[in-house]
Amino acid sequence: MSVWAEAWEYATTAVNWTGANGLTRPTFDGGWRWAQDSMIALGIEHLYMSGAAVLAATAIALPLGLILGHARKGAGITVLLSNVSRAMPTLALLTLFAASSIGFGNRAVIIAAAIFAFPPILTNTFTAMAGVDGDVREAALGQGLSRLQVALKVELPLALPLIAAGLRTSASQTVATVPLAALVAGGGLGVIINTGLATQRYGKVIVGAILVAALTLIVDFALSRLERCLTPAPLRQQHRVAS
Amino acid sequence: MDAQPNPWLSWRYVERNWSEISDALGIHTSLTVQAVAIALAIAFPLAVLAQQVKWLSGPVLGAAGVLYTVPSFALFALLAPFTGIGRTTVLIGLVMYALLVLVRNILIGLRGVDRDVVDAARGLGYGRWRLLMGVELPNALPSIVAGLRIATVSTVALATVGVVVGYGGLGQLMFRGFQSNYRAQIATSSILCVALALVLDVAIVLAGRALMPWARRRRPA
Repeated sequence: MSVWAEAWEYATTAVNWTGANGLTRPTFDGGWRWAQDSMIALGIEHLYMSGAAVLAATAIALPLGLILGHARKGAGITVLLSNVSRAMPTLALLTLFAASSIGFGNRAVIIAAAIFAFPPILTNTFTAMAGVDGDVREAALGQGLSRLQVALKVELPLALPLIAAGLRTSASQTVATVPLAALVAGGGLGVIINTGLATQRYGKVIVGAILVAALTLIVDFALSRLERCLTPAPLRQQHRVAS
Repeated sequence: MDAQPNPWLSWRYVERNWSEISDALGIHTSLTVQAVAIALAIAFPLAVLAQQVKWLSGPVLGAAGVLYTVPSFALFALLAPFTGIGRTTVLIGLVMYALLVLVRNILIGLRGVDRDVVDAARGLGYGRWRLLMGVELPNALPSIVAGLRIATVSTVALATVGVVVGYGGLGQLMFRGFQSNYRAQIATSSILCVALALVLDVAIVLAGRALMPWARRRRPA
């Protein structure tokens, strides 16, 4: 049977989507976890892990970027952070966590993914805030706005498109990174790919890979809509570059 | 419980396993250099083509952007059924990712060349080929070098994902360290990975400086 036929068969078998025993599975300590044999459950788990990571990263990176960008300080640090994070392999961080007291599983993966989701948000927020025209700031200050008002009412709206672009980069990158969790005993759609590889059922691997790619593209597309909504019409042609 | 010490850094581990570590480092380095070199060899004609044929540049850049969102884990896994497991699969995957970064940057570089400079060269009687190699390429070099740096550094990091198909260079050591909970192995291979990225990055910066003496002269040190 060809790989594609195998993939088709795997994707069209209902039980592979719903799981043999429902979407959740009880655990020994009385809790529950997502069933690892259901693509729907794994997909939800995947989105949950990615979402948690991006939210955690945003909660720290966004205020930090706003403050640093408003003060126009710390350009060196933000550049350094994004460069180091590019050189640091995700797998290294995951395995380092696993061997430390953080342990492995979903929580460790969320922390690792959050660390990688951090730099694009910080860099973009910083660049956007620091890039607001100096004359505009001067004018706002001259009109008697306080520094906080300048930051929130003048700089922030102008910076929003680029900030949204950073969020988008960060989110789609996170959705694409989370599958690595399967290598360190985490959940998410990577599990399908990993078990498929381990059992040499390449059709299953293909289905898993397509699912992850599709999810990444969907998230990217959804956020590109959001980015567009947040961009005032006159600015739509200018802010295209996300770092 | 705490009978076995499990230090993060252990010189003894490095000493005793040096042959294995250096093998993995060698594989990682050759994989990265080879992937970036192949990607550059493909990306340059592609970018030039996209620049010459105006309607091609939109689709080329768009395709590069979309392909870049395909996760590495999924890409290696997708290739595995067709190219088997091992070096070829990892190499193809790495070339694809590096290609996207390079095409983009080369194209942006070529497009950013001052129109007046190009016109002046044309006025001097430069032909298409000489214009490209003698005027446009040198002017696009800063952008190309920037692209090479990004591509190289992220290729070093990406190569570790080759673990999926059993050929991850230093990633292989990381993964084995994870499986046997051997901290020294994980930490050593992680540090080597970041160090390799740094060394290659610096090497490209230096090579770029050597290629572009005019860029140095402009900024007095």
